[in-house]
Amino acid sequence: MSGWRRFALEYGIFIILLVFMAVLAALSPNFLTLSNLRNIGTQVAALAVIAVGTTLVILLAEIDLSVGSVAALCGAVAATILSAGDQSSGWVVLALLGGLGTGAFIGFVNGALSVWGGIPSFIVTLGMLSVGRGLTLLITGGRPIFGLGDSFSQIAYGSVLGVAMPILLVVLLYGVAALWLHATQLGRYLYAIGANPRAVELAGVGVRRIKIGTFALAGALAGLGGMMIASRLDSAQPTAASGWELDAIAAVVLGGTSLYGGRGSVIRTLAGAVLLQFIANGLNLLDVQAYWQQITKGGIIILALLAERGLRGNTAS
Amino acid sequence: MSETTSATEPRPKHREPLLELSDITKRFGGVTALDHVSLDIDAGEVVGLVGDNGAGKSTLVKTISGAYRPDSGRLLFGGAVREFATPGAAKDAGIETVYQDLALVDTLDAAGNIFLGRELIRFGAGPIRFLDHRAMREQAFALLERLGLKLPDPSAEVGTLSGGQRQSVAISRALYTDPKLVILDEPTSALAVKEAERVLELTQTLREQGVAVILISHTIRDVMATTDRIIVLHRGRKMADLVTADTDEEEVVRYIVGQDRVGQNRGGRAGQRTNSETQNGAEA
Repeated sequence: MSGWRRFALEYGIFIILLVFMAVLAALSPNFLTLSNLRNIGTQVAALAVIAVGTTLVILLAEIDLSVGSVAALCGAVAATILSAGDQSSGWVVLALLGGLGTGAFIGFVNGALSVWGGIPSFIVTLGMLSVGRGLTLLITGGRPIFGLGDSFSQIAYGSVLGVAMPILLVVLLYGVAALWLHATQLGRYLYAIGANPRAVELAGVGVRRIKIGTFALAGALAGLGGMMIASRLDSAQPTAASGWELDAIAAVVLGGTSLYGGRGSVIRTLAGAVLLQFIANGLNLLDVQAYWQQITKGGIIILALLAERGLRGNTAS
Repeated sequence: MSETTSATEPRPKHREPLLELSDITKRFGGVTALDHVSLDIDAGEVVGLVGDNGAGKSTLVKTISGAYRPDSGRLLFGGAVREFATPGAAKDAGIETVYQDLALVDTLDAAGNIFLGRELIRFGAGPIRFLDHRAMREQAFALLERLGLKLPDPSAEVGTLSGGQRQSVAISRALYTDPKLVILDEPTSALAVKEAERVLELTQTLREQGVAVILISHTIRDVMATTDRIIVLHRGRKMADLVTADTDEEEVVRYIVGQDRVGQNRGGRAGQRTNSETQNGAEA
């Protein structure tokens, strides 16, 4: 692959991001303000957190369609725990653990059914998308759970040294994930399994365990995302994060991670998620009708994939 | 049957075989995949294993490499009776297999593939073990150099390498553990002629370094050009055990298609060799 193609594949998403910023800044004076950027940051944070898990799963050449439902379910579980308690920090910790645990458990079930049951993850997680939403409606009785308390709202509205908590969470999470993927043995196995699971298995690596563990991790991250949404809305909505699995996949794919597994980067997923938010935010500022936003978003995703295919040329896997 | 071997041809001490199979039989249901096969291989010897599809080559190789356990018969490796329960056990003993379908990860570089599953770790534990990229790269280059292999860009993904280069990486991967015996399963079947030659040269390098090689191939010409000895299987039986220098393609092919049936195949190599030579004489 020639140098410029590689460069475009590696950094194309960041260039597109900059171009979008420039265009939106030129069109709307409100776009490039600190408060709007901060606003974008907090709005994209939950999706960005969920998309980390989606990236890991897609690197393995698997898919997780259940993350939106799992996010809503985990938000509902956390809210239920909080409304049973007194909203003190002890209960908040318990609620967080409950939400993360629920997400990890559902992710584990996804992975186990797919790996041990031999069912493609597309089907397993499609089923779980429905199961998760159903469980959420069951827990909430179909109505939002309000009043989660001040401690819990810190997740969305707190700040450390002037940095908004959700943004801090995202930066930390992506930093750790990128380092882990690049520098550790297990991170390398994730890529290798996505590229050639048989070869990795022949090398004596526990491929199945790694797959199941990754699904569990993706579930826990979806849970964290769901609790971030609940915190921001100060309520657990039964319909929260509907369709977010597709936004998460879109962010991953915009970031150039191959749906065939083995190739990709988590940092570029963050860029993809931010780009999606730019599109929504920018079109809002420009008073574009909401229906057009969907069309624009879809069109840009397809264009990005066409561009990637063109750049990969014959080496496309 | 070591008695047969020592009785018919007392070997000098340094020729004690590295690998010795006697009367190995393996059945799958009603099918006898290996029927009392006996053979031996010395250190630093390159032995070709040929035969038609279904002749038992794969089964034999998998028995040697620990993937199958024979129903009867004895396997000696390094002078001791061994029963490999798993491929891992055979690897630990010094037997490495390079499969024809190239178990490489295309998106990793040569070093990444050579160290796959046994990465060098700088520090850490459990799910957080930090890779020692530099050490792996250095050791991988040393290994590739030992094979006389130069990659244009050593950090390139192996998916971008040529078939021959990939095969070399696969062989390097097998050599990392300093094996005593390397089994090459159809190493040239997917390669262009030039590249096949390069890979076959590797077997000579291995011979010089005292590593025994079993070369499985359908290309008789390659086997003739690279091996010291050729073992022919036909329907699970050993048809012939030929010194490469004393035979020709035509004879090997005759054995492969089963035209020259050589009595009972239960003797050791020496007896077998005499048999086939006698038969040659009779035919000539």
